[in-house]
Amino acid sequence: MNITADKTPIRKVIFASSVGTLIEWYDFYIFGSLAPIIATQFFPQTDPTAALLATLATFAAGFIVRPFGALVFGRLGDKVGRKYTFLLTLILMGGSTFAIGLVPGYTTIGFAAPLIVLLLRLVQGLALGGEYGGAATYVAEHSPAKRRGFFTSWIQTTATLGLLLSLGIILITRKSLAPDEADSIRAFESWGWRIPFWFSIVLVGMSIYIRMKMHESPLFTKLKSEGKTSVNPIKESLMHRGNLKMVLLSLFGAVMGQGVIWYTGQFYAQTFLENMCKVDFEQTRTIMIWAIIFATPLFIFFGHLSDKVGRKWIIMAGLLVAVVSYRPIYQQMIEITSTKESVVDASKTRIERVLQKIDGQPYSLQSTTTYHLYQNGITEKTIQADTVLASGEEKLQLKSKLSKTVPSNTYWAIVALIFIQIVFVTMVYGPIAAFLVEIFPTKIRYTSMSLPYHLGNGVFGGLTPFIAVLLGTIYAGDALVGLWYPISIGTLSLIIGTIYLNNKIDPNVND
Amino acid sequence: MNSIKRYLGILWIAIAIISYSILLKTAYGQISTKPTTDTIMQWSIFVIIFFPIAIGFVLFGWLAFKGDYDRLPTSSDEIGD
Repeated sequence: MNITADKTPIRKVIFASSVGTLIEWYDFYIFGSLAPIIATQFFPQTDPTAALLATLATFAAGFIVRPFGALVFGRLGDKVGRKYTFLLTLILMGGSTFAIGLVPGYTTIGFAAPLIVLLLRLVQGLALGGEYGGAATYVAEHSPAKRRGFFTSWIQTTATLGLLLSLGIILITRKSLAPDEADSIRAFESWGWRIPFWFSIVLVGMSIYIRMKMHESPLFTKLKSEGKTSVNPIKESLMHRGNLKMVLLSLFGAVMGQGVIWYTGQFYAQTFLENMCKVDFEQTRTIMIWAIIFATPLFIFFGHLSDKVGRKWIIMAGLLVAVVSYRPIYQQMIEITSTKESVVDASKTRIERVLQKIDGQPYSLQSTTTYHLYQNGITEKTIQADTVLASGEEKLQLKSKLSKTVPSNTYWAIVALIFIQIVFVTMVYGPIAAFLVEIFPTKIRYTSMSLPYHLGNGVFGGLTPFIAVLLGTIYAGDALVGLWYPISIGTLSLIIGTIYLNNKIDPNVND
Repeated sequence: MNSIKRYLGILWIAIAIISYSILLKTAYGQISTKPTTDTIMQWSIFVIIFFPIAIGFVLFGWLAFKGDYDRLPTSSDEIGD
């Protein structure tokens, strides 16, 4: 067992840091995973696309403020210490997530609802901006030089595992609110979606307890006892030319590309499956869950490999294979979920009608669900809502919803396509914490590494689903047009990183 | 290799300016076509958030052109001065 300078076993350091970081990612991603439902709860329903975009914008707002969180909490971490700073970010994150679950919907309090949600989302973003850099720095400063990539790669799994946890909790909640599945789903869409937000407070409480028992980073303690901590970490990070050039190089030569690859593989893929391929809500989530479970060990593998061969070429190889493969992968996703070339088996078409009376209203709502089974095994479900007047006259509403349930072979083919994308993510993301920690000196490390990390992941990466969907609405004829954003950013980062970065592993981060 | 790094600095500056100009033009076109609150907000976010990043990319290109990346530091002492 490795023993760190303060005699804390490294496994305990990794566990305490990873659990808290995982929970912060969980908090951050339940919002994204529930985007379509949040759109209906907090935003006007005049135009569903506008509502989805508004939700993604609120989601994106959380990402955009992450660099500011990096500066604020990075400064605190470099002045006060790593341990107390990321304890504070955990409390802020947990509190704001819990509060989102309490906000009344748009129909109850009008525009105050999206406004409050936006503010809480901003607090989430600030907290996350302060969290990751602290956890990565804390683990790296406890790690021996030859295993830094391996140990920090555990922190790198937390973002993906946080996403996995959020998807899992959502699916379990969605299925367990009523004995009948259809009733359970209706209850989830009405109020049950709040439960994953409330659940956060339990997780955060546990994590605070674990982290309270941890000691401060030995390198920071040493620096503090010698009176060498930075007086103004933000100024030193950004105003000293020698440090600023490394902040810029790490952003444009690595993290910018890593960010778009991460969010394309794990978020845009999900949005694309649901909105472009029209794959059913539950299948989309379970596909993501399987792909994440299969690919997550590779974060550790590539982190470990980076201790042997250096960080740079693994990250660059990940960028290269991703930008080259995206279009064929997404084209394949469209083709295997398409029903255009397939014939409907008319004998298996079924229609279900449910009439729901509205209290105190002279009309009822009729929901007609039509199931078409295609010869390629895909079941297409169309839900059409109608208003039925007391006279018996039916008025067609414009709302109709299409979703597809894919057969087993197609399901696993999609899992494989998402898995490949997450392998790209593990290549670019597994070694990135060690890479960033080694670039910057101890006294301004928290601030300096957090800034490019959160600009790359928060702004370039976090905006990926939003920009890709937006491109799709501008150039509606091309289903793959959204991919040009991650492809172009990834290619630019690949060229810059290949030319300007070096592959040397810094043996001494105690400087 | 160092001269390639330096000359590419000019390319990075050009890419930053051209990309941001395209973003501005697209934002203007989209807002003019559909001047709703949603459209204005979405594109304003992009224009504002990518401005400092474009400046950062220009600065990166400038530092590359001036030779700051000819040799990367091997210890933190070389960074923090």
